[in-house]
Amino acid sequence: MSPILIAEQVLNGLQSGVMLFLMAAGLTLIFGVMGLINLAHGSLYMVGAFAAAAVAAATGSFLLALAAAMAAAAGAGALVELVVIRRLYDRDHLDQVLATFALILIFSEGTRWLFGSFPLYLDIPDWLSGPVTLPGGIQYPLYRLALIGIGLSVAAGLWLLIAHTRIGIRIRAGENDREMIAALGVDISRLYTMIFALGAALAGLAGALVGSIQSVQVGMGEPVLILAFVVIVIGGIGSIRGALIGALLVGLTDTLGGVFLPELFKLIADPASATATGSALASMSIYILMAAVLVWRPTGLFGAAT
Amino acid sequence: MSRETLFNAAILALLVAVPGWALAAGEPFTITLATRAVIFALAAVGLNIALGLGGLVSLGHAVYFGIGGYAMGILAWHAQSHTPLIDGWLTLPGTKSMPVIWLVAIAASALAALLIGLLSLRTSGVYFIMITLAFGQMVYFFAISWPAYGGEDGLPIYVRNGFPGLNTLVPIQFYGICLALLCAVLALNAALARSPFGLALNAARQSPQRVECVGLDPVRLKLVALVISGAITGLAGALFADLNRFVSPVMFSWQMSGEIMVFIIIGGVGRLFGPVAGAGLYVLLEHLLGGVSEYWQIFLGGLLLIVVLFARGGLAGLIAGRRVAHD
Repeated sequence: MSPILIAEQVLNGLQSGVMLFLMAAGLTLIFGVMGLINLAHGSLYMVGAFAAAAVAAATGSFLLALAAAMAAAAGAGALVELVVIRRLYDRDHLDQVLATFALILIFSEGTRWLFGSFPLYLDIPDWLSGPVTLPGGIQYPLYRLALIGIGLSVAAGLWLLIAHTRIGIRIRAGENDREMIAALGVDISRLYTMIFALGAALAGLAGALVGSIQSVQVGMGEPVLILAFVVIVIGGIGSIRGALIGALLVGLTDTLGGVFLPELFKLIADPASATATGSALASMSIYILMAAVLVWRPTGLFGAAT
Repeated sequence: MSRETLFNAAILALLVAVPGWALAAGEPFTITLATRAVIFALAAVGLNIALGLGGLVSLGHAVYFGIGGYAMGILAWHAQSHTPLIDGWLTLPGTKSMPVIWLVAIAASALAALLIGLLSLRTSGVYFIMITLAFGQMVYFFAISWPAYGGEDGLPIYVRNGFPGLNTLVPIQFYGICLALLCAVLALNAALARSPFGLALNAARQSPQRVECVGLDPVRLKLVALVISGAITGLAGALFADLNRFVSPVMFSWQMSGEIMVFIIIGGVGRLFGPVAGAGLYVLLEHLLGGVSEYWQIFLGGLLLIVVLFARGGLAGLIAGRRVAHD
């Protein structure tokens, strides 16, 4: 196990971590401000990926595809918020779960109906493909490096938005006391639609970016959604900082566990059963991490104590 | 007789009458559909004990459904391949006997519910929903990556397991077994709701602090409810595997968890026969709409949305009237 391989895997873990952050940030923002659990967030991720694939196929431009992904996801998000989600804010969590589960069914089957069941492919543009050589002689794909860069810049941008703009003040105020800021004359329902669309745009961006590495297909959003839930539970619901730390932890644990656990078991067992045990355990590793965090801090690393 | 009693009696009569009608009309496939509905209903009655009585929104009940399925699959696979189940200081063979499989399914899923409950009940509300969903996904990925029992491909079982004195290969007899189990569990559910435990659990749902003040432990009450609930859903899983003669990780998928919850909602939360009505309606829709359009789940989604937004109380609420809310 060479240091170069380890460095590569750490970068892979970072890359999957920042993409998870894009999902988790929107989810945690929506929960923090509106108190809504949104299962359909994975569908917005899928909408972004499909929009990007369709626009990339039509125009050949990757940047246009990314813009389309964010626009389509934000549009779908705003529409869904106006038609359905807004009726759910003062309902209990069970109703929210079921209504957003219904939205998943509608989005998934609708997309299958429009685009068919076969996966689409979104190509990495020429100017982002190929490897780069990092200090230390590590060869790493430029595209994945770009993903890490985009993810971290979005995190920084989100922090600027929330900490240093007027909208950010309203978002933070909304997290603290919804009734009060409505009473102070802020149009709360417009704020909600905006936050929902912002979260959706981030999910759509993640879908398009990850869609170029994996394939674009119906049902791609839900595994990521559940990982994002794990991230939020670890980081603490409502905390953007928690979402970032949680996402990086989950990304690193998942990637490193998948590579190193089978190797680790080879030291004590024969290769075949070591690979089986190792990979079975690796697939569970992030959930074990989540359970460990819960035992230690039931409201997550950065969650408010209740 | 109240409208709810009439509603329940009508559903029960329908379930008893379906196989007779199917045989008379020469549509034996209806019996298989009805069996599917009854098994789904059993799984949902299990979840309803946690959800309706205990207020626990568990989005991971596919874990117990799948464990029940795999209990059947693993035991029957060892029996059909004549390999011992455990081969150490103690040698245990597999089995093709339904009652033994049921006991193992119930015990294994109850144990899983105990472990998951101990961890997830440390939290509540939206955390609980996300955590149960995450544990479900954990078991799903474990089932996919564990190669010993088929991994992603699943495990086919060639002959349906046996029940003493009955021929389970005859659809109507297998249906009878499933319906009898459903009735037994419904009776248990009704008794549980009226028992001191059920009343305490109901109170723990509405106000954990007050329950704690009178000297009861709300978390323990909820844990017991989750274990009973998981055990029943596990039993349903074993029957579902026997119906299909096949188990695969799909039984563990989060969609399965969602569907079990959907049965309850379209039927009516916390109502004794709500899950039964919901599962029946679901299988009916699946059969009718599935024949019309490949994308029938769009309609299911729309229906679910309408029920959640405008017709809370589901089918039971619609027909038997909304119950006065006590909380």
